[in-house]
Amino acid sequence: MYEQISRNKWKSAALILFFVAFIFLLTWFFEYVTGWGKGGLVLAVVVSMTMAAVGYYASDKIVLTISRARPATKEEFPYLYNVVEGLAIAAGLPAPRCYVIDDTAPNAFAAGRKPETAVICVTTGILEKLNRVELEGVIAHEMSHIKNYDVRLQTLVVVMAGIVALLSDWMLRSFLWGGGRRRGGRDRSGSGGAGGVLIIVGLALAVLSPFIATIIQLAVSRKREFLADANGAMLTRYPAGLASALRKISADTEPLEAANKATAHLYIVNPLKNIKGGVNKLFSTHPPIEERIAALEKM
Amino acid sequence: MGALVLLLIIIAAIAIMAIGMYNSLITLRNRCDNAWSQVDVQLRRRYDLIPNLVETVKGYAKHESGVFERVTQARAAAVNAQTVKDQGQADNVLTGALKSLFAVAEAYPDLKANQNFLMLQEELAGTESKVAYARQFYNDVVMKFNMKQQVFPSNILASMFGFKTKEYFQIEEEVAKGPVKVSF
Repeated sequence: MYEQISRNKWKSAALILFFVAFIFLLTWFFEYVTGWGKGGLVLAVVVSMTMAAVGYYASDKIVLTISRARPATKEEFPYLYNVVEGLAIAAGLPAPRCYVIDDTAPNAFAAGRKPETAVICVTTGILEKLNRVELEGVIAHEMSHIKNYDVRLQTLVVVMAGIVALLSDWMLRSFLWGGGRRRGGRDRSGSGGAGGVLIIVGLALAVLSPFIATIIQLAVSRKREFLADANGAMLTRYPAGLASALRKISADTEPLEAANKATAHLYIVNPLKNIKGGVNKLFSTHPPIEERIAALEKM
Repeated sequence: MGALVLLLIIIAAIAIMAIGMYNSLITLRNRCDNAWSQVDVQLRRRYDLIPNLVETVKGYAKHESGVFERVTQARAAAVNAQTVKDQGQADNVLTGALKSLFAVAEAYPDLKANQNFLMLQEELAGTESKVAYARQFYNDVVMKFNMKQQVFPSNILASMFGFKTKEYFQIEEEVAKGPVKVSF
Protein backbone atom coordinates (compact mmCIF):
# COMPACT_ATOMS: atom_id res chain seq x y z
CA MET A 1 0.00 0.00 0.00
CA TYR A 2 2.83 2.40 0.82
CA GLU A 3 4.37 1.58 -2.58
CA GLN A 4 1.06 2.52 -4.14
CA ILE A 5 1.11 5.87 -2.34
CA SER A 6 4.63 6.77 -3.48
CA ARG A 7 3.90 5.54 -7.00
CA ASN A 8 0.84 7.81 -7.09
CA LYS A 9 2.79 10.82 -5.88
CA TRP A 10 5.53 10.14 -8.41
CA LYS A 11 3.04 9.75 -11.24
CA SER A 12 1.30 13.00 -10.23
CA ALA A 13 4.58 14.92 -10.33
CA ALA A 14 5.48 13.36 -13.68
CA LEU A 15 2.07 14.29 -15.02
CA ILE A 16 2.52 17.92 -14.02
CA LEU A 17 5.98 18.11 -15.63
CA PHE A 18 4.73 16.43 -18.76
CA PHE A 19 1.81 18.80 -18.85
CA VAL A 20 3.98 21.92 -18.44
CA ALA A 21 6.29 20.75 -21.22
CA PHE A 22 3.36 19.96 -23.44
CA ILE A 23 1.56 23.27 -22.95
CA PHE A 24 4.87 25.09 -23.37
CA LEU A 25 5.57 23.44 -26.70
CA LEU A 26 2.01 23.91 -27.84
CA THR A 27 1.94 27.63 -27.00
CA TRP A 28 5.34 28.20 -28.52
CA PHE A 29 4.37 26.34 -31.66
CA PHE A 30 1.14 28.29 -31.91
CA GLU A 31 2.98 31.60 -31.67
CA TYR A 32 5.64 30.47 -34.08
CA VAL A 33 2.95 29.78 -36.65
CA THR A 34 1.17 33.07 -35.94
CA GLY A 35 4.56 34.91 -35.96
CA TRP A 36 4.81 36.46 -32.47
CA GLY A 37 8.53 35.94 -32.20
CA LYS A 38 10.39 36.14 -28.87
CA GLY A 39 7.48 37.49 -26.85
CA GLY A 40 5.77 34.21 -27.64
CA LEU A 41 8.43 32.23 -25.81
CA VAL A 42 7.92 34.23 -22.60
CA LEU A 43 4.18 33.88 -22.95
CA ALA A 44 4.58 30.15 -23.43
CA VAL A 45 6.44 29.84 -20.13
CA VAL A 46 3.88 31.95 -18.28
CA VAL A 47 0.89 30.15 -19.76
CA SER A 48 2.20 26.66 -19.08
CA MET A 49 3.22 27.43 -15.49
CA THR A 50 -0.03 29.20 -14.66
CA MET A 51 -2.13 26.42 -16.08
CA ALA A 52 -0.23 23.77 -14.14
CA ALA A 53 -0.50 25.76 -10.91
CA VAL A 54 -4.21 26.39 -11.35
CA GLY A 55 -4.70 22.75 -12.33
CA TYR A 56 -2.87 21.60 -9.22
CA TYR A 57 -4.43 23.89 -6.63
CA ALA A 58 -7.96 24.21 -7.97
CA SER A 59 -8.37 20.76 -9.49
CA ASP A 60 -10.88 19.57 -6.91
CA LYS A 61 -13.04 22.66 -7.34
CA ILE A 62 -12.91 22.32 -11.12
CA VAL A 63 -13.94 18.68 -10.94
CA LEU A 64 -16.81 19.45 -8.58
CA THR A 65 -18.01 22.25 -10.85
CA ILE A 66 -17.87 20.07 -13.96
CA SER A 67 -19.85 17.41 -12.12
CA ARG A 68 -22.46 19.98 -11.01
CA ALA A 69 -21.97 19.06 -7.37
CA ARG A 70 -23.14 21.19 -4.46
CA PRO A 71 -21.95 21.12 -0.83
CA ALA A 72 -23.97 18.81 1.37
CA THR A 73 -24.95 20.31 4.72
CA LYS A 74 -25.09 18.24 7.86
CA GLU A 75 -28.70 19.32 8.46
CA GLU A 76 -29.85 18.10 5.07
CA PHE A 77 -27.83 14.87 4.90
CA PRO A 78 -27.12 13.71 8.47
CA TYR A 79 -27.02 10.12 7.30
CA LEU A 80 -24.27 10.76 4.73
CA TYR A 81 -22.25 12.76 7.25
CA ASN A 82 -22.45 10.06 9.90
CA VAL A 83 -21.27 7.40 7.48
CA VAL A 84 -18.42 9.54 6.10
CA GLU A 85 -17.25 10.63 9.56
CA GLY A 86 -17.37 7.05 10.83
CA LEU A 87 -15.22 5.73 8.01
CA ALA A 88 -12.80 8.64 8.32
CA ILE A 89 -12.26 7.52 11.91
CA ALA A 90 -11.79 3.93 10.77
CA ALA A 91 -9.19 5.02 8.21
CA GLY A 92 -7.51 7.42 10.64
CA LEU A 93 -8.03 10.38 8.30
CA PRO A 94 -9.58 13.81 8.83
CA ALA A 95 -13.24 13.75 7.75
CA PRO A 96 -13.49 14.81 4.07
CA ARG A 97 -16.04 17.43 3.02
CA CYS A 98 -19.24 16.02 1.50
CA TYR A 99 -20.82 17.04 -1.80
CA VAL A 100 -23.94 15.80 -3.57
CA ILE A 101 -25.02 15.70 -7.20
CA ASP A 102 -28.78 15.94 -7.69
CA ASP A 103 -29.18 12.95 -9.95
CA THR A 104 -31.10 9.73 -9.50
CA ALA A 105 -28.32 7.63 -11.09
CA PRO A 106 -26.42 5.99 -8.21
CA ASN A 107 -22.69 6.79 -8.23
CA ALA A 108 -19.91 8.34 -6.13
CA PHE A 109 -16.39 9.70 -6.39
CA ALA A 110 -13.63 11.29 -4.33
CA ALA A 111 -11.37 14.17 -5.36
CA GLY A 112 -8.65 16.37 -3.93
CA ARG A 113 -4.92 16.85 -3.65
CA LYS A 114 -4.33 15.33 -0.23
CA PRO A 115 -6.37 13.72 2.54
CA GLU A 116 -6.68 17.01 4.47
CA THR A 117 -8.51 18.77 1.64
CA ALA A 118 -10.25 15.80 0.03
CA VAL A 119 -13.94 15.73 -0.84
CA ILE A 120 -16.36 12.86 -1.24
CA CYS A 121 -19.17 13.39 -3.69
CA VAL A 122 -22.23 11.16 -4.02
CA THR A 123 -25.40 11.38 -6.09
CA THR A 124 -28.72 11.73 -4.31
CA GLY A 125 -29.66 8.51 -6.13
CA ILE A 126 -27.07 6.47 -4.27
CA LEU A 127 -28.40 7.73 -0.93
CA GLU A 128 -31.89 6.60 -1.83
CA LYS A 129 -31.07 3.28 -3.44
CA LEU A 130 -28.46 1.80 -1.08
CA ASN A 131 -28.92 0.69 2.52
CA ARG A 132 -26.54 1.71 5.28
CA VAL A 133 -24.16 -1.25 4.95
CA GLU A 134 -23.90 -0.80 1.18
CA LEU A 135 -23.32 2.95 1.48
CA GLU A 136 -20.60 2.30 4.06
CA GLY A 137 -18.96 -0.05 1.55
CA VAL A 138 -19.00 2.64 -1.16
CA ILE A 139 -17.71 5.39 1.14
CA ALA A 140 -14.98 3.03 2.43
CA HIS A 141 -13.89 2.45 -1.19
CA GLU A 142 -13.65 6.22 -1.72
CA MET A 143 -11.88 6.67 1.61
CA SER A 144 -9.24 4.18 0.43
CA HIS A 145 -8.75 6.19 -2.78
CA ILE A 146 -8.09 9.23 -0.57
CA LYS A 147 -5.74 7.35 1.74
CA ASN A 148 -3.75 5.91 -1.20
CA TYR A 149 -3.38 9.33 -2.88
CA ASP A 150 -5.26 7.96 -5.88
CA VAL A 151 -7.38 11.11 -5.74
CA ARG A 152 -4.45 13.43 -6.41
CA LEU A 153 -3.52 11.68 -9.63
CA GLN A 154 -7.09 11.13 -10.73
CA THR A 155 -8.18 14.71 -10.10
CA LEU A 156 -5.12 16.09 -11.91
CA VAL A 157 -5.84 13.84 -14.86
CA VAL A 158 -9.37 15.21 -15.20
CA VAL A 159 -8.18 18.80 -15.27
CA MET A 160 -5.16 18.29 -17.51
CA ALA A 161 -6.87 16.01 -19.98
CA GLY A 162 -9.69 18.54 -20.01
CA ILE A 163 -7.35 21.47 -20.72
CA VAL A 164 -5.59 19.59 -23.52
CA ALA A 165 -8.92 18.70 -25.10
CA LEU A 166 -10.09 22.29 -24.79
CA LEU A 167 -6.87 23.67 -26.27
CA SER A 168 -6.86 21.36 -29.23
CA ASP A 169 -10.42 22.37 -29.94
CA TRP A 170 -9.57 26.07 -29.63
CA MET A 171 -6.44 25.77 -31.79
CA LEU A 172 -8.36 23.97 -34.48
CA ARG A 173 -10.93 26.76 -34.63
CA SER A 174 -8.46 29.64 -34.64
CA PHE A 175 -6.40 27.98 -37.35
CA LEU A 176 -9.48 27.41 -39.43
CA TRP A 177 -10.62 31.02 -39.09
CA GLY A 178 -7.13 32.35 -39.71
CA GLY A 179 -6.77 30.14 -42.77
CA GLY A 180 -10.15 31.24 -44.07
CA ARG A 181 -9.34 34.93 -43.77
CA ARG A 182 -6.05 34.53 -45.54
CA ARG A 183 -7.64 32.64 -48.37
CA GLY A 184 -10.30 35.35 -48.86
CA GLY A 185 -8.02 38.40 -48.51
CA ARG A 186 -4.99 37.60 -50.63
CA ASP A 187 -4.59 36.58 -54.24
CA ARG A 188 -5.40 33.03 -55.29
CA SER A 189 -1.82 31.78 -55.32
CA GLY A 190 -1.57 32.35 -51.50
CA SER A 191 -3.94 29.52 -50.70
CA GLY A 192 -1.03 27.07 -50.66
CA GLY A 193 0.12 28.48 -47.26
CA ALA A 194 -3.29 28.01 -45.68
CA GLY A 195 -3.32 24.46 -46.92
CA GLY A 196 0.06 23.90 -45.24
CA VAL A 197 -1.28 25.19 -41.92
CA LEU A 198 -4.29 22.93 -42.18
CA ILE A 199 -2.03 19.94 -42.69
CA ILE A 200 -0.06 20.90 -39.56
CA VAL A 201 -3.30 21.27 -37.62
CA GLY A 202 -4.44 17.89 -38.81
CA LEU A 203 -1.16 16.39 -37.70
CA ALA A 204 -1.30 18.15 -34.32
CA LEU A 205 -4.80 16.87 -33.70
CA ALA A 206 -3.83 13.38 -34.75
CA VAL A 207 -1.10 13.53 -32.12
CA LEU A 208 -3.39 15.09 -29.50
CA SER A 209 -6.26 12.62 -29.34
CA PRO A 210 -4.21 9.58 -28.40
CA PHE A 211 -2.32 11.85 -26.02
CA ILE A 212 -5.50 12.65 -24.14
CA ALA A 213 -6.35 8.98 -24.06
CA THR A 214 -2.87 8.25 -22.72
CA ILE A 215 -3.15 10.64 -19.81
CA ILE A 216 -6.49 9.17 -18.92
CA GLN A 217 -5.02 5.70 -19.12
CA LEU A 218 -2.32 6.81 -16.70
CA ALA A 219 -4.89 7.21 -13.98
CA VAL A 220 -6.51 3.99 -14.86
CA SER A 221 -5.23 0.85 -13.52
CA ARG A 222 -7.26 -2.17 -12.77
CA LYS A 223 -5.06 -2.64 -9.74
CA ARG A 224 -6.11 0.73 -8.36
CA GLU A 225 -9.80 -0.19 -8.24
CA PHE A 226 -9.17 -3.66 -6.88
CA LEU A 227 -6.90 -2.24 -4.20
CA ALA A 228 -9.47 0.37 -3.18
CA ASP A 229 -12.12 -2.37 -2.98
CA ALA A 230 -9.85 -4.49 -0.80
CA ASN A 231 -8.81 -1.61 1.47
CA GLY A 232 -12.41 -0.49 1.71
CA ALA A 233 -13.45 -3.96 2.80
CA MET A 234 -10.70 -3.83 5.42
CA LEU A 235 -12.19 -0.61 6.81
CA THR A 236 -15.74 -1.90 7.11
CA ARG A 237 -14.68 -5.50 7.80
CA TYR A 238 -17.65 -6.46 5.67
CA PRO A 239 -16.83 -7.06 1.95
CA ALA A 240 -20.38 -8.24 1.24
CA GLY A 241 -21.67 -4.69 1.74
CA LEU A 242 -19.56 -3.25 -1.08
CA ALA A 243 -20.22 -6.29 -3.28
CA SER A 244 -23.96 -5.80 -2.93
CA ALA A 245 -23.59 -2.05 -3.57
CA LEU A 246 -21.58 -2.68 -6.75
CA ARG A 247 -24.21 -5.12 -7.93
CA LYS A 248 -26.98 -2.59 -7.32
CA ILE A 249 -25.12 0.31 -8.96
CA SER A 250 -24.21 -1.67 -12.07
CA ALA A 251 -27.72 -3.11 -12.40
CA ASP A 252 -29.05 0.46 -12.56
CA THR A 253 -29.21 1.40 -16.23
CA GLU A 254 -29.58 5.13 -15.80
CA PRO A 255 -26.54 7.13 -17.04
CA LEU A 256 -25.21 10.06 -15.02
CA GLU A 257 -25.66 13.23 -17.07
CA ALA A 258 -22.99 15.27 -15.28
CA ALA A 259 -20.24 12.74 -16.06
CA ASN A 260 -18.11 12.80 -19.20
CA LYS A 261 -15.10 11.01 -20.60
CA ALA A 262 -12.66 13.15 -18.67
CA THR A 263 -14.33 12.48 -15.31
CA ALA A 264 -15.59 8.92 -15.84
CA HIS A 265 -12.54 7.27 -14.33
CA LEU A 266 -13.17 9.00 -11.00
CA TYR A 267 -16.44 7.26 -10.28
CA ILE A 268 -16.79 4.02 -8.38
CA VAL A 269 -18.66 2.46 -11.30
CA ASN A 270 -18.36 3.73 -14.87
CA PRO A 271 -21.13 6.35 -15.18
CA LEU A 272 -21.26 6.27 -19.03
CA LYS A 273 -23.35 3.15 -19.22
CA ASN A 274 -25.22 3.77 -22.43
CA ILE A 275 -22.16 4.14 -24.67
CA LYS A 276 -20.69 0.90 -25.87
CA GLY A 277 -18.23 -0.30 -28.49
CA GLY A 278 -14.99 0.75 -30.20
CA VAL A 279 -14.07 4.24 -28.99
CA ASN A 280 -15.47 3.63 -25.56
CA LYS A 281 -13.20 0.63 -25.13
CA LEU A 282 -10.21 2.91 -25.48
CA PHE A 283 -11.58 4.86 -22.56
CA SER A 284 -12.53 1.75 -20.63
CA THR A 285 -11.66 2.94 -17.16
CA HIS A 286 -12.99 0.28 -14.83
CA PRO A 287 -12.34 -3.43 -14.47
CA PRO A 288 -15.49 -5.47 -15.09
CA ILE A 289 -17.90 -5.32 -12.14
CA GLU A 290 -18.26 -9.12 -12.09
CA GLU A 291 -14.54 -9.51 -11.42
CA ARG A 292 -14.61 -6.95 -8.62
CA ILE A 293 -17.61 -8.62 -6.99
CA ALA A 294 -15.96 -12.05 -7.30
CA ALA A 295 -12.80 -10.70 -5.66
CA LEU A 296 -14.83 -9.22 -2.80
CA GLU A 297 -16.77 -12.44 -2.28
CA LYS A 298 -13.54 -14.42 -1.96
CA MET A 299 -12.36 -12.30 1.00
CA MET B 1 43.67 -0.39 14.04
CA GLY B 2 41.49 -1.94 11.33
CA ALA B 3 39.66 -4.00 13.95
CA LEU B 4 38.99 -0.90 16.05
CA VAL B 5 37.47 0.96 13.11
CA LEU B 6 35.31 -2.06 12.34
CA LEU B 7 34.16 -2.23 15.95
CA LEU B 8 33.29 1.47 15.96
CA ILE B 9 31.30 1.05 12.75
CA ILE B 10 29.37 -1.87 14.23
CA ILE B 11 28.63 0.07 17.43
CA ALA B 12 27.49 3.09 15.44
CA ALA B 13 25.21 0.90 13.29
CA ILE B 14 23.65 -0.69 16.36
CA ALA B 15 23.14 2.72 17.96
CA ILE B 16 21.41 4.06 14.86
CA MET B 17 19.15 1.00 14.73
CA ALA B 18 18.34 1.38 18.42
CA ILE B 19 17.43 5.04 17.99
CA GLY B 20 15.15 4.16 15.08
CA MET B 21 13.41 1.44 17.06
CA TYR B 22 13.02 3.63 20.14
CA ASN B 23 11.49 6.42 18.07
CA SER B 24 9.06 4.12 16.35
CA LEU B 25 7.97 2.74 19.73
CA ILE B 26 7.32 6.29 20.95
CA THR B 27 5.44 7.15 17.75
CA LEU B 28 3.25 4.09 18.09
CA ARG B 29 2.52 4.81 21.75
CA ASN B 30 1.43 8.34 20.87
CA ARG B 31 -0.71 6.97 18.07
CA CYS B 32 -2.39 4.64 20.55
CA ASP B 33 -3.18 7.57 22.84
CA ASN B 34 -4.51 9.58 19.94
CA ALA B 35 -6.67 6.66 18.75
CA TRP B 36 -8.02 6.23 22.26
CA SER B 37 -8.95 9.89 22.45
CA GLN B 38 -10.93 9.36 19.22
CA VAL B 39 -12.86 6.55 20.90
CA ASP B 40 -13.36 8.79 23.91
CA VAL B 41 -14.72 11.68 21.83
CA GLN B 42 -17.30 9.42 20.22
CA LEU B 43 -18.26 7.80 23.52
CA ARG B 44 -18.82 11.26 25.10
CA ARG B 45 -20.97 12.22 22.15
CA ARG B 46 -23.00 9.11 22.70
CA TYR B 47 -23.41 9.84 26.42
CA ASP B 48 -24.55 13.36 25.59
CA LEU B 49 -27.26 12.08 23.28
CA ILE B 50 -28.74 9.63 25.77
CA PRO B 51 -30.45 12.06 28.22
CA ASN B 52 -32.25 13.70 25.28
CA LEU B 53 -33.36 10.34 24.01
CA VAL B 54 -34.61 9.27 27.44
CA GLU B 55 -36.58 12.53 27.79
CA THR B 56 -38.18 12.09 24.38
CA VAL B 57 -39.22 8.52 25.06
CA LYS B 58 -40.48 9.49 28.55
CA GLY B 59 -42.92 11.91 26.97
CA TYR B 60 -44.71 8.97 25.33
CA ALA B 61 -44.07 6.07 27.69
CA LYS B 62 -44.11 7.38 31.25
CA HIS B 63 -44.69 4.13 33.07
CA GLU B 64 -41.64 2.30 31.66
CA SER B 65 -39.55 3.81 34.46
CA GLY B 66 -37.51 0.61 34.98
CA VAL B 67 -35.98 0.91 31.54
CA PHE B 68 -35.14 4.60 31.97
CA GLU B 69 -33.48 3.91 35.28
CA ARG B 70 -31.33 1.18 33.80
CA VAL B 71 -30.25 3.37 30.91
CA THR B 72 -29.45 6.28 33.23
CA GLN B 73 -27.48 4.07 35.60
CA ALA B 74 -25.56 2.38 32.80
CA ARG B 75 -24.73 5.78 31.35
CA ALA B 76 -23.45 7.08 34.68
CA ALA B 77 -21.28 3.98 35.09
CA ALA B 78 -19.86 4.40 31.59
CA VAL B 79 -19.14 8.11 32.09
CA ASN B 80 -17.22 7.37 35.29
CA ALA B 81 -15.22 4.43 33.94
CA GLN B 82 -11.47 4.88 34.31
CA THR B 83 -9.53 2.11 32.55
CA VAL B 84 -9.95 0.81 29.04
CA LYS B 85 -11.26 -2.47 30.40
CA ASP B 86 -13.87 -0.82 32.66
CA GLN B 87 -14.92 1.42 29.82
CA GLY B 88 -15.45 -1.58 27.58
CA GLN B 89 -17.57 -3.37 30.16
CA ALA B 90 -19.65 -0.31 31.09
CA ASP B 91 -20.21 0.37 27.42
CA ASN B 92 -21.49 -3.14 26.84
CA VAL B 93 -24.02 -2.78 29.66
CA LEU B 94 -25.14 0.57 28.22
CA THR B 95 -25.57 -0.94 24.75
CA GLY B 96 -27.80 -3.64 26.26
CA ALA B 97 -29.88 -1.05 28.15
CA LEU B 98 -30.29 1.09 25.02
CA LYS B 99 -31.49 -1.92 23.09
CA SER B 100 -34.28 -2.45 25.59
CA LEU B 101 -35.13 1.25 25.39
CA PHE B 102 -35.57 0.99 21.62
CA ALA B 103 -37.52 -2.23 22.07
CA VAL B 104 -39.90 -0.31 24.35
CA ALA B 105 -40.20 2.46 21.74
CA GLU B 106 -41.39 -0.11 19.22
CA ALA B 107 -44.66 -0.40 21.15
CA TYR B 108 -45.52 3.29 20.71
CA PRO B 109 -46.42 4.23 17.12
CA ASP B 110 -46.71 7.96 17.96
CA LEU B 111 -43.19 7.95 19.33
CA LYS B 112 -41.83 6.16 16.28
CA ALA B 113 -43.29 8.88 14.07
CA ASN B 114 -41.85 11.71 16.21
CA GLN B 115 -39.34 13.71 14.16
CA ASN B 116 -37.15 14.43 17.15
CA PHE B 117 -37.04 10.76 18.08
CA LEU B 118 -36.13 9.75 14.52
CA MET B 119 -33.33 12.28 14.46
CA LEU B 120 -31.97 11.11 17.80
CA GLN B 121 -32.18 7.53 16.62
CA GLU B 122 -30.15 8.34 13.48
CA GLU B 123 -27.61 10.32 15.51
CA LEU B 124 -27.26 7.50 18.00
CA ALA B 125 -26.90 4.88 15.26
CA GLY B 126 -24.31 7.06 13.54
CA THR B 127 -22.40 7.65 16.75
CA GLU B 128 -22.50 3.97 17.63
CA SER B 129 -20.95 3.03 14.30
CA LYS B 130 -18.36 5.77 14.86
CA VAL B 131 -17.57 4.25 18.25
CA ALA B 132 -17.19 0.89 16.54
CA TYR B 133 -14.86 2.30 13.87
CA ALA B 134 -12.84 4.26 16.41
CA ARG B 135 -12.51 1.10 18.48
CA GLN B 136 -11.42 -0.84 15.41
CA PHE B 137 -8.79 1.80 14.62
CA TYR B 138 -7.63 1.85 18.25
CA ASN B 139 -7.29 -1.94 18.32
CA ASP B 140 -5.33 -1.92 15.05
CA VAL B 141 -2.87 0.63 16.40
CA VAL B 142 -2.60 -1.20 19.73
CA MET B 143 -1.87 -4.41 17.87
CA LYS B 144 1.00 -2.74 16.01
CA PHE B 145 2.34 -1.23 19.22
CA ASN B 146 2.15 -4.50 21.16
CA MET B 147 3.67 -6.43 18.30
CA LYS B 148 6.60 -4.03 18.12
CA GLN B 149 7.24 -4.65 21.80
CA GLN B 150 7.19 -8.40 21.40
CA VAL B 151 9.16 -9.09 18.24
CA PHE B 152 12.95 -9.39 18.18
CA PRO B 153 15.00 -7.17 18.33
CA SER B 154 12.78 -4.28 19.40
CA ASN B 155 11.58 -6.32 22.43
CA ILE B 156 15.01 -5.82 24.05
CA LEU B 157 14.69 -2.07 23.77
CA ALA B 158 11.04 -2.10 24.87
CA SER B 159 11.84 -3.97 28.09
CA MET B 160 14.91 -1.80 28.70
CA PHE B 161 12.85 1.38 28.61
CA GLY B 162 9.87 -0.16 30.36
CA PHE B 163 7.27 0.06 27.59
CA LYS B 164 4.01 -1.63 28.53
CA THR B 165 1.58 -3.35 26.19
CA LYS B 166 -1.80 -1.64 25.84
CA GLU B 167 -5.18 -3.25 26.42
CA TYR B 168 -7.52 -3.93 23.56
CA PHE B 169 -10.98 -2.39 23.70
CA GLN B 170 -13.14 -5.47 23.64
CA ILE B 171 -16.80 -6.22 23.30
CA GLU B 172 -18.08 -9.06 25.41
CA GLU B 173 -20.04 -11.13 22.97
CA GLU B 174 -22.67 -12.42 25.39
CA VAL B 175 -23.69 -8.93 26.54
CA ALA B 176 -23.50 -6.96 23.32
CA LYS B 177 -24.84 -9.57 20.97
CA GLY B 178 -27.16 -11.43 23.31
CA PRO B 179 -30.96 -11.30 23.11
CA VAL B 180 -32.75 -8.27 24.51
CA LYS B 181 -34.86 -8.88 27.58
CA VAL B 182 -37.83 -6.61 27.97
CA SER B 183 -40.12 -6.87 30.98
CA PHE B 184 -43.46 -5.13 30.81
